[in-house]
Amino acid sequence: MSGYSQSEPLARTAREEANIRTAVTSASQSHRLPGDGMIDRRSPLRFSFDGKAMTGFAGDTLASALVANGVKLVARSFKYHRPRGIVTAGSEEPSALVEMRTGARREPNTRATTQELYDGLIANSQNRWPSLRHDLMSINQLFAPIFVAGFYYKTFMWPAKFWESIYEPMIRRAAGLGKSAELPDPDHYDKAWAHCDVLVVGGGPAGLSAALAAGRAGSRVILVEEDTLLGGRLLGDGGEIDGMDAREWLRSTTRELVSLPNVRIMTRTALFGVYDGGTYAALERVSDNVAMPDRHQVRQRLWRIVARRSVVTAGAIERPIVFPGNDRPGVMMASAVRTYVNRFAALPGKRVALFTNNDDGWRTAEIIQRAGAHIVAVIDPRREVPAQHRRLVDTYDLRVLAGVVSDVKGGVDGVRSIVVTNDRNGQTQRVETDCLAVSGGWNPNVGLSCFHRGKPIWREDIAAFVPGGAPKGMATAGAANGELSLGACLRDGHSAGAKAAAECGAAGKPGEASKADEEGYGIAPLWHVKGKGKAFVDFQHDVTASDVTLAQREGFESVEHLKRYTTLGMATDQGKTSNINGLAIMAEATGRTIPETGTTIYRPPYAPVAIGAIAGHHRDENFHAWRLTPSHHWAAKQGAVFVDTGLWKRAQWYPLAGEKDWLESVSREVLAVRNGVGFCDVSTLGKVDVRGADAGVFLDRVYINAFSSLAVGKARYGLMLREDGIVYDDGTTSRLAEDHYFLTTTTAKAGLVMQHLEFCRQVLFPDLDVQLTSATDQWAQFSIAGPNARKLLQDLVDPSEDLTNEGFPFMGAREVKLRGGVIARLFRISFSGEMAFEISVPARYGAAMAENLMIAGKPYGVTPYGTEALGVMRIEKGHVAGPELNGTTTADDLGLGKMMSKKKDFIGRVMAGREALIAPNRQVVVGVKPTDKARRLRSGAHVVPKGETPGPKTDQGYVTSVCFSPVLDQWIGLGLVERGRERIGEIVRIHDPLRSEDYEAEICSPVFYDPEGVRQRG
Amino acid sequence: MRIACPFCGERENGEFTYLGDASPKRPNFAVDGGESPERVEDAFHDYVYLRDNLAGVMREYWYHGGGCRSWLVAERNTVTHEFVSVTAAPGAGAALAARAGE
Ligand SMILES: [Zn+2]
Repeated sequence: MSGYSQSEPLARTAREEANIRTAVTSASQSHRLPGDGMIDRRSPLRFSFDGKAMTGFAGDTLASALVANGVKLVARSFKYHRPRGIVTAGSEEPSALVEMRTGARREPNTRATTQELYDGLIANSQNRWPSLRHDLMSINQLFAPIFVAGFYYKTFMWPAKFWESIYEPMIRRAAGLGKSAELPDPDHYDKAWAHCDVLVVGGGPAGLSAALAAGRAGSRVILVEEDTLLGGRLLGDGGEIDGMDAREWLRSTTRELVSLPNVRIMTRTALFGVYDGGTYAALERVSDNVAMPDRHQVRQRLWRIVARRSVVTAGAIERPIVFPGNDRPGVMMASAVRTYVNRFAALPGKRVALFTNNDDGWRTAEIIQRAGAHIVAVIDPRREVPAQHRRLVDTYDLRVLAGVVSDVKGGVDGVRSIVVTNDRNGQTQRVETDCLAVSGGWNPNVGLSCFHRGKPIWREDIAAFVPGGAPKGMATAGAANGELSLGACLRDGHSAGAKAAAECGAAGKPGEASKADEEGYGIAPLWHVKGKGKAFVDFQHDVTASDVTLAQREGFESVEHLKRYTTLGMATDQGKTSNINGLAIMAEATGRTIPETGTTIYRPPYAPVAIGAIAGHHRDENFHAWRLTPSHHWAAKQGAVFVDTGLWKRAQWYPLAGEKDWLESVSREVLAVRNGVGFCDVSTLGKVDVRGADAGVFLDRVYINAFSSLAVGKARYGLMLREDGIVYDDGTTSRLAEDHYFLTTTTAKAGLVMQHLEFCRQVLFPDLDVQLTSATDQWAQFSIAGPNARKLLQDLVDPSEDLTNEGFPFMGAREVKLRGGVIARLFRISFSGEMAFEISVPARYGAAMAENLMIAGKPYGVTPYGTEALGVMRIEKGHVAGPELNGTTTADDLGLGKMMSKKKDFIGRVMAGREALIAPNRQVVVGVKPTDKARRLRSGAHVVPKGETPGPKTDQGYVTSVCFSPVLDQWIGLGLVERGRERIGEIVRIHDPLRSEDYEAEICSPVFYDPEGVRQRG
Repeated sequence: MRIACPFCGERENGEFTYLGDASPKRPNFAVDGGESPERVEDAFHDYVYLRDNLAGVMREYWYHGGGCRSWLVAERNTVTHEFVSVTAAPGAGAALAARAGE
């Protein structure tokens, strides 16, 4: 099931070996240790940073390769452009952000500590000019006073117009992170679902124990790990488990997990969100470890994981100590130093100083010494060597200084020396070093457990927040739960995994938990060493200890205010290394305890997620699904221009060679219909089969007019209201049998009307015997319109079918047999005002129908027409459509008030009678035509009485729909105008401030063409 | 979030549409029922516009438009988003047939 394998050296040819030897000898890996770590020395990789060629090995991150190459300076800081180095070895990295790749794949703010090295990797530093070493913007440090907390609010308040022209561009140039690519993303992103019983988040010792316990018990387990390798802190710390070397244990545990068919291991997959009902979101970096994704491979995949239980074993993050100069390149977390040495065989410094306030930090001293480098001093404010490290001190004759680091000296290339102050007597001494390892203790990763507004609780014994509960179905275990020793992690993870599996009903045995030392931690909290010089809390947003105390002095004491005022924790790392230190300093400044001060609200995403991954395949033409009409491909062959209407693509017009613009094509189509015959695909109209003994009663209740009285074989125009009395939708509904109606809706409302009808049937009138079937996609429907429509159609139907006015009168509806035997539904209805039919054939015959209409219509000059011509003809006939059915109009506003039955209840009847909805001064549908026949009318233009000044008080409505009428040879329109029907013939002012137009128009009947309706009955 | 449709099982919430409070009942309005127009209008006004906005468990209408097209009545906690129960509307799916003993 799992494709996971720990990296095994690959067999190579002699020639490859020779190439590699050349590469290795030419390598500049001055800080590479002789041991193997978890890198593959037989796979050297070339890469460049700021244009300089270097080498590393498979298994390196960009950060570890830079460490191995002796590179300390990797970035310039956000506000002050201070030189910055690598601080951590994990996803919490605040400083070592680089711009990865080039061109369309350029991506800023990539953490060098999580970027896997690959052959040909190109990375550049960011936020510096002209170069990383000589950054002219570092002059910002001299202006530091203006960059203090709240500077956005204080400095650039006035004048407002300076914001756009001066302040913002200046700040953007001076303060910022990297630049993203300005080209479309060439990569693909995928989305996928996964389901399991137990989701384990984090593959360290606790997570491995949890997955193993749940897997052995028989649960379906998914283990997600953001790193490329399983192991978590074991990779950096080593240790002994069940009497064997931690790496041996890791290998055997991984083997067992891989062998379990019910366990799925997903590495390179970071869980970033916790959602309702046990749904989790994770990002899998599928191809970020190669120069570009393989053909047909995605770059990243967004997983939604549904889990009955989850065990969060996301570990803990080591926190920095805030002291002057703590941001210099070469100041690194103590655990990161261990990881670079043990996992990557890369030495962050040759003369390492260690500053720790807890026993765990001391392990770095041992690992550095064992690696053959030198610990120049251990500085510990606790003034006593921890018992378990006394032998270490003796063996290596370590220099131990009681006190604190009070300053760091150095240049762009990093630390040269530190100043150690004995905090009792104030004596200082200088220690020469090229790397200062710092440990201020550990912060359990409580974020995921707090995403549903959970509040973490403070544990005094470990001076850290731990989860104060978790969303339903989630448990936390291991370091994420405040269990900071290896032995406790193994035990806690195992029991959480076993419990989760049991809750999911797994019956198997989880086995025994592995065992390791449960060594003490012995932390004495130390948050802030006061002194001259900037002491950084948030490395990424350049927030210092004095910014926090300034915020306090200015009254921003709440942590949420502190965050907004100083921007602490608001950078891409979301304050993973800085939030707790910031609020500890605020607590100190306000004289409150840390739990009294509290934490800010935790929100997803836990780690940055590319927008591309959230969009997945839904971009460009695939932004949403398309619906194609049955004649779409036929229309495309005719050269139709298509328009998006909802999800549908509809033929808008069919240009012919030599036509100069759309208006010419559309006018030709209209005249072809009015003078001959044309056809249009109207399959997009919503279609619903309504059947049952009570079908007629049901329709009586949803339409304002009666349908139970409609004769079989007849069609009728129907209008629906919302329950509040406003018009909802319209369409033609036909009675095909006593208990069978065929209802049509507008294209736009098809889905919503179906939902509404189902609500009426299932909720409001469940006792009616009626069933609804959506048939929109089942029928290809064509309107065939024009004086020659009947002649054309007669050639298509079986000779036995009588289509004369007597045999098939206006508003007739029935099944007909086509030549060849296909049964169609034929309706004698007209939207265009001409004699017209609508014919429905099973959708699979749609394209054939279009072809046959062309063949049969050839003698009559048949012309396919699109939605524009359809729209022109409906305006000429005064038929209302979407712009008039706009969610504010009543039936009477549309001129259809007489349709409202007084003999029955129907949806909306009572509320439609409210005073304001029947007021005489309502805006109603009328026709509008400019007095100057050459004038183009525009929809949206306002209607004002002649001689009045346009404004809210004089406004009387607006133009809703316009077209150029080729029949009348002028622009005409429909409008909603106050008391419009009483004002036929009145000249009004048309005011269009958007287009700076002002002209006069005549209010007229909305029916411009054939007002008696002679033609459609023809 | 997933919703347990009584006909389709647990499905992703994107398949469903939310309508709102399931408590208001449409007034049973007979055209010649003898009610005064004011009383009928008041009853409809309440039905159309008045809704309780509870922090806690609410009965709500949900529509499984991306599935079986059934209208459902769900009891949902508006604070935790937890679904307490999901049942079919009186005329949903096969409910009518089942009631008729088919
Ligand atoms: Zn369903």
